[in-house]
Amino acid sequence: MSRPISSDKTARDLHRLDTDGAEGSGPIVGGRHGKHDALPLMSGIDRYTDDITLPRMLHCKLVRSPHAHAKIIAIDTSGAEALEGVHAVVIGSEMPIPYGVIPWTPDEHALALHKVRFVGDPVAAVAAVSEEVAIEACRRIVVRYEVLEALVTPQAALARADLKIHEDNRHGNITKHVHLEFGDVDAALAAAALVVEGDYQFHGSTHAPIEPHCAIASVDGKGLLTVWSATQVPHYLQRELAKVLELPMRQIRVIQPAVGGAFGGKSEPFALEFCVAKLAFKTGRPVKCLYTREEVFLAHRGRHPFDMHYRTAFAADGKILAIDAKSLLDGGAYSSFGLVTTYYSGQLLGAPYRFPTYRFDSTRVYTNKPACGPKRGHGSVQPRFALEVQLDKASRTLGLDPIELRRRNFIGENSVTINGFHIGSNGFLQCLEAVVQASGWAEKWGKLPRGHGIGVAGSCYISGTNYCIYPTELPQSAVQMCLDRSGRVRVFAGTSEIGQGSTTMLAAIAAQELGVELDDVRVLAADSDLCPVDLGAYSSRITLMAGNACLTAARTLGDKIRDILAQLWGIPAADIRLEHRRAFSLTNPQVWMPIQEAFIITESKLGLLGSTGSYTSPQSAVHGDYRGGTIGASPAYSFTAHIAQVQVDEDTGEVTIEHIWCAHDCGHAINPVLVEGQIEGSVYMGAAEAVMEHHDTLPSGLRTDGRRRDSGPGVDGLLMASSLLDYRMPTSLDVPQLTALIVQAPDPRGPYGAKEAGEGPLHSAIPAIANAVFDAVGVRIDNLPISPEKVLRGLRNQAGRKPC
Amino acid sequence: MTETAPVDSTFLDTTAAEPTRARRLVICRLQVNGEGVAVVAPVHWTLLELLRYQLGLIGSKQGCDKGDCGACTVLLDGKPTLSCITLAVAVQGRCVETVEGLGVGGEPHPLQREFAERGAAQCGFCTPGVLMSAAAYLDELSSSAEPVVRQADIAAALGGNLCRCTGYTKIFEAVHAAATQILQRSKALADTSTDDAS
Ligand code: FES
Ligand code: FES
Repeated sequence: MSRPISSDKTARDLHRLDTDGAEGSGPIVGGRHGKHDALPLMSGIDRYTDDITLPRMLHCKLVRSPHAHAKIIAIDTSGAEALEGVHAVVIGSEMPIPYGVIPWTPDEHALALHKVRFVGDPVAAVAAVSEEVAIEACRRIVVRYEVLEALVTPQAALARADLKIHEDNRHGNITKHVHLEFGDVDAALAAAALVVEGDYQFHGSTHAPIEPHCAIASVDGKGLLTVWSATQVPHYLQRELAKVLELPMRQIRVIQPAVGGAFGGKSEPFALEFCVAKLAFKTGRPVKCLYTREEVFLAHRGRHPFDMHYRTAFAADGKILAIDAKSLLDGGAYSSFGLVTTYYSGQLLGAPYRFPTYRFDSTRVYTNKPACGPKRGHGSVQPRFALEVQLDKASRTLGLDPIELRRRNFIGENSVTINGFHIGSNGFLQCLEAVVQASGWAEKWGKLPRGHGIGVAGSCYISGTNYCIYPTELPQSAVQMCLDRSGRVRVFAGTSEIGQGSTTMLAAIAAQELGVELDDVRVLAADSDLCPVDLGAYSSRITLMAGNACLTAARTLGDKIRDILAQLWGIPAADIRLEHRRAFSLTNPQVWMPIQEAFIITESKLGLLGSTGSYTSPQSAVHGDYRGGTIGASPAYSFTAHIAQVQVDEDTGEVTIEHIWCAHDCGHAINPVLVEGQIEGSVYMGAAEAVMEHHDTLPSGLRTDGRRRDSGPGVDGLLMASSLLDYRMPTSLDVPQLTALIVQAPDPRGPYGAKEAGEGPLHSAIPAIANAVFDAVGVRIDNLPISPEKVLRGLRNQAGRKPC
Repeated sequence: MTETAPVDSTFLDTTAAEPTRARRLVICRLQVNGEGVAVVAPVHWTLLELLRYQLGLIGSKQGCDKGDCGACTVLLDGKPTLSCITLAVAVQGRCVETVEGLGVGGEPHPLQREFAERGAAQCGFCTPGVLMSAAAYLDELSSSAEPVVRQADIAAALGGNLCRCTGYTKIFEAVHAAATQILQRSKALADTSTDDAS
């Protein structure tokens, strides 16, 4: 059952929050509030990593490979070491232990050991008194390479199994292959009224957070290493630092200062963190490394390019009978999260539609390019594009409204997907309804004048995954909470605030449960010395997991206070409410006291008021019972529907996205302002991928200036856009009108019913745009991005003229 | 006028270590947020470096260091300027305003308040630059003869500031709200003074 947010009653009914409090009024959870930590950040008060300067701090720069694929023969650092102002140089052999964010695929080194695998692979690092001196020192480091042929396309990498990018890889250049089959797909395809078959190409794109990666390391006299880093996974960073530097974890403190955006691009350790740590040990001085913008593009870990072949079978009434998907993933130089990506490419497609048979076959290969990894909507944005375009094609052939086709295939709430994932709440139909209403679909679809079009698509995403990326039975998130005599609540959490609002979410839950105002809560987050572990800001897990942990801790304290006041007032504890800085009797409003007094009285009776809360996800009966069946299974699933309206200029091929309506089922909006922000940001990012952004290397034989050059070893693999000017992302003048609609289908597994909001709303923006382009001019662009060139080619083909 | 002495060892070492390239030091005298400062800095330093690393004004951010993102936007004599591609020596004697100077007496600027309340800052990293461009827009608006708040003007004023988090929607809303507020306030003021005059 779902409820649209527009009725304010929703939140109130759910939590009985009406109040006559003297302080604030209205609900905190569910109320529209600003971001808790925004003002000090935007005033130059709170610090991002590069805003931190330590006494005697040195600056680090990296030497990077000019070749896409080469053996390292020798490194001569003497020229650098002789330079005045240089304090230390480090090379790969000093940190020989391999690491990888997924423990099963450790194929990276802090600095390249014997081989470089993409243009920009780091080889050496320097610590010097200034960035300028460090840059000059890097120039004086001489690396001798034996250049190898660069494999820059996945097809080339597959074909050249003899030329392994990673020598010890078992199957040529294949990093992961997953083949899963559910039901008799071939029989279903054979018996279908309609089979839609097509090839789809999804291109690479990158996160491009406005804050570049930055890290600082400092070592105290007793060997305690402190690393400040612009990371979204401080816990994994601490683990990998321990591994590579061969230190016990207790000797490492990781602090994540404010982070200026991440989107998945900071969700694993990078060369700079290991290098500053090593150099701090070598020099005894703090060391900082700030990546240049070009280095951020090289660090990448962005969206994998996918080559997909899809066959989808339909009954005459539009019901999906089978999906048969084959995908080739271009992984870049390292594994990164690739094992998971390869599973996600098929595992996350199982909702919002029901289909009785399913097969997917996904292969990820190494190529000599910056490594791909998790970008917002990890691994499931690409297959979603293929499927939702297939659905649009089917609806045209079957003569069904694409909305109706999607309705007919709805999987329902409390259902089980074909691959065994247990869906709880599901507001997908409400999402469809919301965008249909808001966009005026009925008057527009198929009815707009030529050149104008409208398209729809739907999707589903996870609210965290049930398993940690390393095997453990420990909680995935935990919170410690402490009340003090000033009437303040302190929340200690390992959560990573990266702009998505996790700090505000925790503050809201604590304030709601303990009867204080938002500003009375101090959230201390992401400091491994002070906070319990949370696994990090990825897979949209924090609201559900840390939120639940926070709720447990807060309710424990709330109960203690109510028990003491119940004794004092001689009324049942259930009659006592804590709200807006007051504790009071619900039935007799004359009986009340300020919340600070309630804290003091309780502490005087019970001692210091502290509590903990932990979250461990459900471990049984919520996922598939087969190898890989746990990967991608989530405690709760979010649902999204998009409608996009576009205008296509038939003379230039340019597509202007006029408006996107996105309705997202986030379970319960703990803060609607922030949920809308996540929806708007996701839709913007999806729209940008659809028509503008492209992260890839230049095709062989082209130079950066676009002129031809003699090809040959060692010149392939240059990034085609490594600045924020060349990598075109939308400015305020390019962005379409965005309408964010919140749908609430509370899930019993989420805190107050909440599910994710940060990644789901990206997915179906892209196919909705592609489907709208078809509605406008009858041209299918199955090969992203939707560029003017491709649209024009499509139009010319349509006119029966020769393609350009 | 405060004289800031070059006490940072990093800064002294820089010149010592690179005798090959003539690294002249210059004294930069300028107004920053209404206060006169004189700072010794290497001649090749940008205004952004001077602000962040010499004056400790970390509010201006570096997103690209090459004029592409707008995170370093400050007001130079009232005009939005990219401080990462402006040499510090080139602004001798001129007035620089950074986000630290936006609020008055510890009170946030109406823009900051609207940004905070409406969720127009997510990660907040682009925000100081966006705020400075928006502040210049507000100045222009309130000095125009027939001030009207238009969405298209706001989008144009912010065209040089990339934001990767918000999709700009809430930024537009916040600037719109602050602009409307400021116009109403100045209108109210004007009305009162007309009343007084009559
Ligand atoms: S830092 Fe100046 S424009 Fe990007
Ligand atoms: S708020 Fe993060 S870049 Fe604008």
